[in-house]
Formats: sequence, structure tokens, C-alpha cells
Amino acid sequence: MEERLGEVIEATTGEFVAQCYELYRLPPLGSLVKTRDEAVELYGIVYQAATSSLEPGRRPIARGEDETSEEAIYQSNPQLLKLLKSEFNALIVGHRLGDKIYQHLPPRPAHIHSFVYACSDDEIRSFSQSFAFLILLLNTHRPVPPEEITGAALREMGRVQEDRHAFLVAAGKELAVLLSDNFSQLKVILGRLKA
Amino acid sequence: MTQGNSQRLGIVVAGSLNKGVDIRLDGAVSIEDVVVGRYVTIQGQKRRFFGMITDVSLGVSDPKLAQTPPDVTDAFIAEVLAGTSTYGTVHVLPMLTIGSDAASLVEGPQPVKSIPGHYAPVSVASAQDIERVFGKEDPRRFWIGNPLEMETRLCLDLAEFVKRSNGIFGKSGTGKTFFTRILLIGMLQKSKAANLIFDMHNEYGWAGTWEEGKSVKGLKQLFPSKVAVFTLDEENSRQRGVSTDFVVRIGYDEIEPEDVALLRQTLNLTEPAIEAVYQIRRRLGADWLHILADIGEEAASELVAELNIHESTFQNLQRGLATIRRLPFVVPHAPTNAVKGILEHLDRNVNVVLEFGRYRDIAAYVLVANMLSRRIYARYQERTERAMASGAALPAPLVITIEEAHKFLNPEIAGRTIFGTIAREMRKYNVTLLVIDQRPSGIDEEVMSQLGTKVTYLLDNERDIDSVLAGVSGRSELKSVLARLAPRRQALVFGHAVPMPVAFQPREYGSAESYKEFVTSERAIQDLEKLWE
Ligand SMILES: Nc1ncnc2c1ncn2[C@@H]1O[C@H](COP(=O)(O)OP(=O)(O)O)[C@@H](O)[C@H]1O
Ligand SMILES: [Mg+2]
Repeated sequence: MEERLGEVIEATTGEFVAQCYELYRLPPLGSLVKTRDEAVELYGIVYQAATSSLEPGRRPIARGEDETSEEAIYQSNPQLLKLLKSEFNALIVGHRLGDKIYQHLPPRPAHIHSFVYACSDDEIRSFSQSFAFLILLLNTHRPVPPEEITGAALREMGRVQEDRHAFLVAAGKELAVLLSDNFSQLKVILGRLKA
Repeated sequence: MTQGNSQRLGIVVAGSLNKGVDIRLDGAVSIEDVVVGRYVTIQGQKRRFFGMITDVSLGVSDPKLAQTPPDVTDAFIAEVLAGTSTYGTVHVLPMLTIGSDAASLVEGPQPVKSIPGHYAPVSVASAQDIERVFGKEDPRRFWIGNPLEMETRLCLDLAEFVKRSNGIFGKSGTGKTFFTRILLIGMLQKSKAANLIFDMHNEYGWAGTWEEGKSVKGLKQLFPSKVAVFTLDEENSRQRGVSTDFVVRIGYDEIEPEDVALLRQTLNLTEPAIEAVYQIRRRLGADWLHILADIGEEAASELVAELNIHESTFQNLQRGLATIRRLPFVVPHAPTNAVKGILEHLDRNVNVVLEFGRYRDIAAYVLVANMLSRRIYARYQERTERAMASGAALPAPLVITIEEAHKFLNPEIAGRTIFGTIAREMRKYNVTLLVIDQRPSGIDEEVMSQLGTKVTYLLDNERDIDSVLAGVSGRSELKSVLARLAPRRQALVFGHAVPMPVAFQPREYGSAESYKEFVTSERAIQDLEKLWE
């Protein structure tokens, strides 16, 4: 059973933005998600998420001064769930055609309104058999630093591996090769992997 | 590191045919397990390369790693960095190629003419690889030891070995004598050659040097029917309990001017004195030494006047000759003919060890070795020439072993001694040398260059190292291997009889176990030979 998270509301060659069906039901930072474009399945790594007002001009206002708890705010204002939205951005790290997984960008971006799913543990394991996707993460220029994205992605993948330590060491070695001339960055990412 | 088959070390990352290739070690390989002198194979696209590790070094991918070292107490960081950002490099000198098709199996390993390409995988050479390169023990090949850090047996083709003169070098106490014994056993078992050994320190025939209260058996004790002990010092041999076969005496008439010439420095003779001795020999004939021994004053004056020899030169010569005559084994008339005795034994394929007993001074050694070798060589020369003229079988090869070789083969006299002739003429008359020396730089360069196979133990004098390695390809690499040999019982062999240089530990000599092994292999060979009778 696939866990559907939301649908694509913005798409480019290198990433897509999805809106969650349910407020705050966001996939964790670094997790592997997927969407489909006909025969091609696109894989993305969640690198950023946001919850904000549905209408760009209208900022939420503080409402809880007289409430006893935070949940109570939402209970007293059920319309809030309709005024707010949760969105997340995923960097595209590969795609699947038939049985084959390619860890490079797909030929076309996702369609708007394509459904976005969380990947199952099995899917994560088969995707993480190769580390070719790491270069796509390291080379990003996003508000979230690449060390954070890479660290989070590998931690997430490590969770479902049979031998987590071996997996992280192998990933670390791949990073060491990619960052052979940038030990400072390597050190930061390795520090993020241990957690 | 285990001895398993084809254990992977890393990949080729750079190199040249002349200087060798650089191998980047895999992260899983501990650099401390990779030692200089070890053999590796490199799998190229078309053929396999066989080479030796000659250097080991450390590298970092980013200088920052050396400037601000990471926290390697963190096991995870250390594991990730090993082999990636921090890595070991080994330098390998490829020496042979091993083809895998049927033709190259027959041809055997060939010298390298190219190098493997980038990223060719490198593994520790397996026992089979080494066996393919150095051969198994067989009727020609004799087990001489093990390549360093390996259990594989290193074998030497002794039939090939004896075709040229060879040398064993190394500073004192490294193992030259022990290895010579091993080689002599090998030769008496696996080559058709007969050996004549000038045993200055009484180490080869019978119980050799005593060390820590332990004695080592001599060749005659192990192979009584194949070895005869000749002695210059009967009394000493008897005291040592040696069963001797022949007591050697040298008659005055057996000594020739060239024997005296050899001893010029030892006897403090001047150049004119040497010229004079040749003149005197021509004038007085074979009995010259005898005549000079009791020449009266008048006769002496007549002789020097006639030959135009300066009086002081004559005195100088007489003093030197007196020293020779004082040698206890030098007698006016020898009761037996040592040359004949030696030849009779050699002809029956019995190896002859001539021990010097107490007469270990260098004058005695040089005189006797030179005099006997000269005359024996002349006989081989005659026989070979006769055999060639009549188409008969050539005499069996003869190997003459001498120690302190630089005394016979230094540049001043190498041109004049029989040993210089033998070394230079190669095996024209089926006679070759096995020279043992701790000071190879004292040996004439040309003679050194004629030696087919050289075994060298540790040497600490730069000039000695250079003289031993002169003309060898991969010299500077071999130099570093040589410099790292243990001070005892580790040596490097290279040259004619081995397909490539090898650092090795000679097999053990001296324990009951080792004797048994030497003797059993002899039995095995005899049994094998019986099959053909
Ligand atoms: N093959 C060997 N087997 C056993 N011991 C050895 C061997 N080679 C060397 N040794 C040891 O090293 C010592 C010195 O060896 P030796 O041959 O007498 O040295 P060298 O002739 O070079 O002066 C020996 O007394 C012995 O203890
Ligand atoms: Mg010795």
C-alpha cells in the first residue's frame, strides 16, 4: 500500500514542489519520495518544507492568548485548517523506467497534480544501492545547505538498511572521493551522518 | 595479511616502465601489512604482470588533512577516510609478464616490455604465481629458501646456475658460509657439476664453526660418499676428529712465478722482484725454488750479475720466498701429488673440500688455491680441447669455491691469476667459480660483471653495494630492498639463474630437522635415478 502524501503544484527539471493533503503531514527532511509521469517514476529527496497561509497576502495572526493549549487554538478555529497549507520541495535524484533505476535527471519534469508518495523501505533499499545521486545533492544551491540535505538523506536511508554502519561507511567513502579536494565540507557531512 | 589466493591490494594509478608503477591501496588494506620485497601480480588487459614492491608511502587527497588532522579516534571517521582521503601508495617494479594462453605457458614468464594500464587491479602474488615464476622443486631446481614473508619455496635452477661463475656477498656474519653450504648440497644433488672448495676456515667439510656451543655438520658428514676432505694440516684435522681422505703437500717444484706474483703485496715484494722471479724461473728451470733455497753467496752473485738483477731486489725476493718455504705444507719434494688426487676424486664425481687447518693466513690460502686451481684448470683445458677435437663427451663441469675472493680478483692481479681467467672466459672449459666475499668493491669490475648470478646479504659500505648492483636494471629499487635486509639470514638473489631479483630467507641449515630434509631429498633423487638405470 502506497502512502500518498500530496500532489505536485510546481515542477522543473531538477525539482518539484508538492502540497500536502493534510496540514503538517510532511515527509521528513531527507526522505525519499516519488511521483509519476506516465511510464517514468521520478524520485526526489525532500530538502525543504514550509507551512504558510493559503493566500499569499494574508499572514496568520496570533490567536492563543486566551486558550489553555496549542491544540485548543485549532479546536476553537476549525477554519484555520482551510486557511493554511503545508508544502515541501524535493530535489529530483533519479528516475525509474521499468525495472531500472537511473540516478540522474529524468527526461521531463513532473506533471502538475501528479500524486506524490512516500517510498517504501524496499524502494529505499533498492534506490540506495548506488551513490551516484550524491553529486546531485552536493551541487545544489538552495536555502538549505547541501551538507544538511546530504546528511539528512543518508540518515534517512541508513534507517532502513540491514547493516546501517556498513551503509554509512560506504556512503562516507563515496563522499570522500567526491570531496577529495574539500576536506572541510566532508568533515561537516560525516559529522551529520553519525547522528 | 593472510596468504590467501590473489588477495587484492589496490589499483594502478601512475607509472613508467623505467621507474615502475604506483599502486593506490584499497581502504581495507592496512599499509603496515604491505612490506618492501613482497611480490604482487597486476592484471592488465592482455596479460598479467609480476613485480616486486619497492616502496611504500602515505598520501592525502587534500593538504588540509595533513594540516588539521581529523579526529581519528572517531572510528567511523577513521574508517571512512582510510583508502579514500587518506591512502597508502606502494611502488611496484613490474619485472615479468605471465601470459595465460597455451603458448606463453610453455614459454614461461617473459621480461616486461610495457606496463599495465590505469586502474589495473593489483593483488598479492599467490603461491601458484610464485611457483610459476620461480619453478617447483624438480630434478634441476633446488629449494634454497623462501621469498621474504612467504611460505612458498624459492627454487634455483642449479644446472643453469653452474654454467656461469657466481658470487655470494655480504658483510661478516650475515650467512654467506651457511648459504654456500646449502648451495653446495644443491649442486651435489642437482647439477652434474663437481665442486672443489678451498675451505679457509674449515667450515665446509667437517663440523663447521662453533657458535653458542653448537656445531654445524659439514658436507662430508651428510654425504660421506660424495665428499672427500683434503687437508693441509693433518694434525689439526685429526684433533678435530675429521676423517680425511688426503694430506696435501706442496713441493717446491710446483710453485711458479705467478704464484709469487699473486702474493706480491702480502709478501711485501717489489715490482722488480716479481720481474726477477720470472727471469730466474726461465734461467733455472722447474727446480728454481729449490735451487734458490740453498744457493751459496757466490752462486747468487753470479746469478744476479748474469740476469742483471739488483742486489736489493734479490734480497727482497729471497725474503719473500723464505716466507713461502716456511709454510709447513710446502716441502722440497711432495710425497703425493695433490693435483692428481683432486682430479681423481672429481672424476668420480666426488666433491673435494680442501681444509687449511691452522694455516689460515691469507698468504697460504692465496698460494694454495691459485697453484692448485691453475694446474687443475690446465687439465680441464686439455681435456676439453681433446674432447672437442675428437667429438667425445666434455668433462663434467667443475665449480671452484673461493673465499676472500678480492684477494685473488682485485684489479691489480685479476689479469694475472687463474681465477681472473676463469671468471672472464666464462665456461669455455667447463670450469666456473663460486666466489664469496665481504668486500665486493675490492673485486675487479670486469670480473664482477661476468658473474652470472649474485646472492647478496646486507652490505653497509656504499661502494660494496654499488659494485654488487652495478649494471642491474632497477638498481635503485634493489638498493632499497638490499638496505632493508635483516642483518642475518636474509639475502637478495638476482641474475642469470633467477627470472627476476628476489629477496629471500635462505632455508635453515644446522638443525637435525634440516639435515634430514637435505639428506632425504638426496635419497629421493637417487631413487629417481635408479628408475632410469
Ligand atoms: N641458513 C641459515 N640457517 C641457520 N642459521 C643461519 C643461516 N644463515 C645464517 N645463519 C646464522 O648466522 C650466523 C652467521 O652465518 P655465516 O654463514 O657464518 O656468516 P658469514 O659467512 O657471512 O660470516 C650463523 O652462525 C648462523 O647462526
Ligand atoms: Mg663465513
